[in-house]
Amino acid sequence: MASEKIRKVVAMNLLARIRRIPFWSWIWFILGALYFLLPLYATANFSLRMERDVIGFKAYIRAFEDPEFLKTFMYSNMLALMTILASIVLIVPTAYWIRLRLPEARRVVEFITLLPFVVPAIILVFGLIRIYSSPLVIPFTNIKLLQPLTTFEVGTDILIVAGYMVLGLPYMYRSVDTGMRTVDVRTLTEAAQSLGAGWFTIIVKVILPNIRAALLSGALLTFAIVVGEVTLASFLGVPAFGPYLFLLGQHRAYEPAALSFASFLLTWVAMGLIQLFTGGQGEVSGAH
Amino acid sequence: MAQTALNQKGLPPATDWKKWLGVSPFFLFAILFLILPSLRLVIGSFTNAEGQFTIANILQIFQEKNILDAYWLSIRISAATALGGGIFGFLLAYSVTVGGLPKPMRSALITFSGVASNFAGVPLAFAFIATLGRTGFVTALIKTLFGVNLYQQTDFDLYSFWGLSITYMYFQFPLMVLIMAPALDGLKREWREAAENLGASTTQYWLRVALPVLLPSILGSMILLFGNAFGAYATAYALTGGRLGIITIQIGAQIRGDVLHNPGLGYAMAMGMVVIMAISLTGYSWLQKRSERWLR
Repeated sequence: MASEKIRKVVAMNLLARIRRIPFWSWIWFILGALYFLLPLYATANFSLRMERDVIGFKAYIRAFEDPEFLKTFMYSNMLALMTILASIVLIVPTAYWIRLRLPEARRVVEFITLLPFVVPAIILVFGLIRIYSSPLVIPFTNIKLLQPLTTFEVGTDILIVAGYMVLGLPYMYRSVDTGMRTVDVRTLTEAAQSLGAGWFTIIVKVILPNIRAALLSGALLTFAIVVGEVTLASFLGVPAFGPYLFLLGQHRAYEPAALSFASFLLTWVAMGLIQLFTGGQGEVSGAH
Repeated sequence: MAQTALNQKGLPPATDWKKWLGVSPFFLFAILFLILPSLRLVIGSFTNAEGQFTIANILQIFQEKNILDAYWLSIRISAATALGGGIFGFLLAYSVTVGGLPKPMRSALITFSGVASNFAGVPLAFAFIATLGRTGFVTALIKTLFGVNLYQQTDFDLYSFWGLSITYMYFQFPLMVLIMAPALDGLKREWREAAENLGASTTQYWLRVALPVLLPSILGSMILLFGNAFGAYATAYALTGGRLGIITIQIGAQIRGDVLHNPGLGYAMAMGMVVIMAISLTGYSWLQKRSERWLR
């Protein structure tokens, strides 16, 4: 009996010690880091060799000097921002309402949020072009509400932001819903209501701050989808960064590599900053 | 919204249809930009050139060898990268959550994962050409280290099945990390403590407690990865310039200009993709329901 107990204690000590040195965790992490970093290093390395036998930033200077670059890049960032804001405005109240008042809508809404997986970008843009390249007509009449969305700039912008919202929908909804799962939405709402808060105040001042980590990951994923996006942008013919980079890659070698690496660095900085601002939030969600 | 706010302050509860008003903007959006465009393709695939109903387009898909090959290639690439990316992504997520790596590793990995999934599409293709292309960095590295020329002494080609799969993995496993890290956080410490108090080893805890709880969510996420790769267009197009005939590239060519000389066949091809995705989605939602049982 006693020896068995001792053996158990020794075994547990050993286990605890092994757990303290997470050998395999390090292996996976290092492998992952290599997979992440090697292509980046290779791209950076290549982009610095535009001039023979010299390491230099010539490819970067050339790429940034092109006015088209700045224009398309800013445009894509704007599209990403619009998409994220519009998605939050659409999805947060919906997810909140379902959790609080309308659980019977959960299944159908979740089903819809998963549809973008059934309808990938290339299919979506196919359908969007076919629908919105004709004028918007009230059904069964000849009354035209709107000229075809694809024929004017604002219309195309609306169409592409809507398309991006659809592409980001599964990720955004999933993360918002998961965020609301971890905070007690009902209690928070009741507490806010007993203090006299209206619905707008509750969503903006109580719910949003409590799910900001979830919002952030949803926003990050949406951003990830939008900024480098090529499929919708090229088929809808908008002057976005993705198609620009693609065309540049057709007839240049070093500048596209430079831009690829630079855009990577920029987003990395942006996301690092976001991480910094919400660092506290991550701690809380990890602690439970 | 104002109406329902009033109801909250002591008035009788909202009737059923008023409750549904709260989600109506969402449904309107979904109908306009998701349902209608999809329906258009479905209708188109059952319509012939004269605008009459037909199933000839659907039947023709099964007779065109190049269309069937395109589907098959897409399925193989997607399955390979979903499995590979799923397993590797899970192990990475494990290592920074319950795996015991220091906290900074976790935020570094999560941030990097967010960026890496942003790195899909054209920049990703360029990066892998610089890495594993004919004159790529790793290609040269392997030649110096092992004396093996990937392109002359092996079958490897970046513009092939394996090349595209390796490239896709770059956005596949970070996505898995982003999805799995929160799920792994959902493993309750009490479960582990309870298992240990009952005398379970770490292996037993993982095999009997943690993995069964996580499995639906792991498999579900892998299906997400499958869809992610199956629908991918830009990366493949930028990498191979349309040389590798996966299904999305074939559809893209059809949108640009009716290369099949039959719009109906193009719609049917798109719908075939939708059907394959729908089958996997069914599996996903079933798994999702199972995972909700424990990971709330």
